[in-house]
Amino acid sequence: MALKIGVPREVFPGEKRVATVPEVVEKLIKLGFSVAVESGAGDAANCSDDTYRAAGAEVIDGAAKLWATSDIVFKVGVPTTEEVGLLREGGTLIGFIWPAQNPELMQQLAAKKATVLAIDSLPRTLSRAQKMDALTSQAGVAGYRAVIEAANAFGRFFNGQITAAGKVPPAKVFIAGAGVAGLAAIGTAAGLGAIVRANDTRAEVADQVVSLGGEFVKVDYEEEGGGGGGYAKVMSEGFQQAQREMYAKQAKEVDIIITTALIPGKPAPRLITAEMVQSMKPGSVIVDMAAERGGNCELTEPGQSVVKHGVTIVGFTDLTSRLAKQSSTLYATNLYRLAEELCKTKSVKDDGTLDVNMEDEAVRGLTVIKNGEVTWPPPAPKLAAAPPAAKPAAAPVQKKSGGHGKASAPASAGSTAIMFGVAALVFWFIGSGAPEAFLAHFTVFVLACFVGYMVVWNVTPALHTPLMSVTNAISSIIAIGALVQVGPEGWIRWLAVAGIALTSVNMFGGFAVTQRMLEMFRK
Amino acid sequence: MSASLATVSYIGATILFILSLGGLSNPETSRRGNLYGMIGMTIAVVATVFGPRVSLATGLPWIVGAMVVGGAVGLYAARTVKMTQMPELVALMHSLVGLAACLVGFANYIDPAAAMHMVDGRMVPLDHAEKAIHEMEIYVGILIGAITFSGSVIAFGKLSGKISGNPMLLPGRHWLNLAGLLVVIYFGREFLHAGSVADGMTPLIVMTVIALLFGIHMVMAIGGADMPVVVSMLNSYSGWAAAATGFMLNNDLLIVTGALVGSSGAILSYIMCAAMNRHFISVIAGGFGTTSGATPVAGAQPAGEVAPILSAETAELLRESKSVIIVPGYGMAVAQAQHTVYEITKYLREKGVNVRFGIHPVAGRMPGHMNVLLAEAKVPYDIVFEMDELNDDFPQTDVAMVIGANDIVNPGAQDDPNSPIAGMPVLEVWKAKTSIVMKRSMASGYAGVDNPLFYKENNRMLFGDAKKMLDEVLVALKSA
Repeated sequence: MALKIGVPREVFPGEKRVATVPEVVEKLIKLGFSVAVESGAGDAANCSDDTYRAAGAEVIDGAAKLWATSDIVFKVGVPTTEEVGLLREGGTLIGFIWPAQNPELMQQLAAKKATVLAIDSLPRTLSRAQKMDALTSQAGVAGYRAVIEAANAFGRFFNGQITAAGKVPPAKVFIAGAGVAGLAAIGTAAGLGAIVRANDTRAEVADQVVSLGGEFVKVDYEEEGGGGGGYAKVMSEGFQQAQREMYAKQAKEVDIIITTALIPGKPAPRLITAEMVQSMKPGSVIVDMAAERGGNCELTEPGQSVVKHGVTIVGFTDLTSRLAKQSSTLYATNLYRLAEELCKTKSVKDDGTLDVNMEDEAVRGLTVIKNGEVTWPPPAPKLAAAPPAAKPAAAPVQKKSGGHGKASAPASAGSTAIMFGVAALVFWFIGSGAPEAFLAHFTVFVLACFVGYMVVWNVTPALHTPLMSVTNAISSIIAIGALVQVGPEGWIRWLAVAGIALTSVNMFGGFAVTQRMLEMFRK
Repeated sequence: MSASLATVSYIGATILFILSLGGLSNPETSRRGNLYGMIGMTIAVVATVFGPRVSLATGLPWIVGAMVVGGAVGLYAARTVKMTQMPELVALMHSLVGLAACLVGFANYIDPAAAMHMVDGRMVPLDHAEKAIHEMEIYVGILIGAITFSGSVIAFGKLSGKISGNPMLLPGRHWLNLAGLLVVIYFGREFLHAGSVADGMTPLIVMTVIALLFGIHMVMAIGGADMPVVVSMLNSYSGWAAAATGFMLNNDLLIVTGALVGSSGAILSYIMCAAMNRHFISVIAGGFGTTSGATPVAGAQPAGEVAPILSAETAELLRESKSVIIVPGYGMAVAQAQHTVYEITKYLREKGVNVRFGIHPVAGRMPGHMNVLLAEAKVPYDIVFEMDELNDDFPQTDVAMVIGANDIVNPGAQDDPNSPIAGMPVLEVWKAKTSIVMKRSMASGYAGVDNPLFYKENNRMLFGDAKKMLDEVLVALKSA
């Protein structure tokens, strides 16, 4: 019996996402699962029940029935107490759990003897886990949407324009924090034509900022802010002082500020003070993506868009739901990749169980409860990502030039001397033994070699095959040797005639095929 | 026709041959170059046939007959050969030159007139030193001819798949070769000391057999991806065989032409070796890794995950990119996918995508193999570039599509000093925003090296037969 994946409707108010979309349903079915979707689950994300049915999913009315019949439940938001109550004994749940913040939920789930895979507990530094990284995919959506919200609230163009009605300067956008959301915001804002600046306490992201079309603004203070696992840490007081000065300066200059700064397990750092907001130009916009965790801006009101001191401060906490179709599709793909990992070793169809392989580092990190046993937090990863400073010392292998038609590096003096020595010896040997007539031919031979060398170096590599076939044709000149021997009777004649016939194949065939090839080379 | 007239005709033919090779420096002048070659050959043959050394009355019917037969075979082959089979055809033609050189050598040895030369209008026998030199020329000419012949036949077999492409490594093969060489030298001495033609025939035949075996052994030991080197090396040998025949016949035209062809082949071999960052000797000695002893270190095994992609997604990526570089390899030739590649190229170019081709010097089984295939599919040659010409452009490229190539796009060649292919120049496809590798499976390339490219984050694998997959991509492109 195929395992059944159930996708309930999200119950959290304002949550518009859904844990799978019809395109992914097809892929899940191909993996060997059957899929059931609660009626109306995808409505807010523009996925109607009919499209799920068309993709092969079963549509079930009512959450209770769906939870009861599903072996595995895919969810987006953290499950509520009621939802946990609906979960089958020994069932499997995959979705956002945040085990550190929700100890009670963990206990409830453990009591249900459930197996729980928390997508938020994925070891993100593992490169092969990236396809499952829902935090990244959702943060990317949020970063994009943050710029769109900013553009919506902002009274001007993002890109500079020179129109008949006058010149419009481009908007200046400052992005605090260049994590996934920040980088997505940088890319989006730059794509709209704004001048984008960004800052992050982790200096190593500067290159990424620049690659997306932003400008990295440094804090004038030396301290490395990487806190492990790709997150930032709390910085020293001296650094924070310098950082505040920099933010104050940026606030005066820019039109839009988007803040994304979060530190794991701590309230969001206060980056933008009320004075900074006051110093901004009227009509400016602040989008505070950290609103849910208290906000990076002092004046943010979570979930609201407010105007203070003439500055619109957007504190929406549902940015991903505001792009529900996109975020759902990405999230669904993340879960699909996870499902793929879980049936890597055995086919779901044959066995009917999931392979929660605790030896696999990615799956180990994800699994916060296994069969009712709390397995969170996972042991320290076996292989910590190497710190950037300790780059492998392997000297890059020296590149060699491909060398056609280009002067190759001059040979070392030693080997040149040896070559000349050998050549001199050979010539001396030939000169002392060979008769005059031979030497005349030998002269011709050596000179011809050099002519050939000079001529062939100029041949373009694209024509190397025609070169070979034409030299092939030309080497049928050996026919002359056969031609002059046709005269006498007997063996010699037969040998000569055979020689002529063989070389004629080359002579005609070689030129003809070269011609055919060269005809094909066209602009 | 007098002897002098024949000689000046030969000089004319020589110049035309040089111009012919010179014409190949550019596709625009290349057709004229080929024409020069044909004219030169015609002049040379006509001048010889009507020259002083051929008696028209007895010889002409035989000559015409042989040429008609040979010419017909040659023209038929040239018409019908598929462009993917060019390496086979070229190898086969090399073997013919080698065989002809052998035949001419034997005929010359038997011919009593060849031991004479013209002095003041009379035929006089050669003196001792001249005779020794002449016989040495015969011996060497046949030696090279025989090696070229058997080597080319084996190369043909390997290229056409009639013989396994894997290197066949006999135990102690270098010693075998050395022993063969010593025997050849010994019989060379015997041959020079032979009193009569009949006496000399035995050493000559023994040597020929050894040379044939040597040729077979040499090419058998060389693996599939080293074939470009072998084919160009045999090309070179066929030239030296012609030159040796020229010495034997005291004919400067043959010497010059042979030298031209010989050095051309040698240069091609050199270029191919440089493109693989290997020494000519180690290629000829055969086998990969056996000479360097560098087996891949276990720790260097690339970590990570390969991300597969579907043809529809590939089409999507291609459609949304501005700049695409296609890197073809032998797999494209095997799958005969070049026409589909061009269809895709044409479609994308119409949509304003900048599509270019990046050719590694050793892609395929002979020098320039990929260029010919792309030309056959009507890909304009001004969008086909050499590795060095566009390696710097990959960072500005949206999609780099690798079709049936492996070692020539292996980043290990640059980053991993322990890699058996370390230092080999490669196309840096991983620097593109996305690279797509089309492959039948995850098997490693000829060099047996795992390719870290497959595990790169921005790399996608499109598994399947290149032709079938590309057809699907094309359909997906056109349907959207």
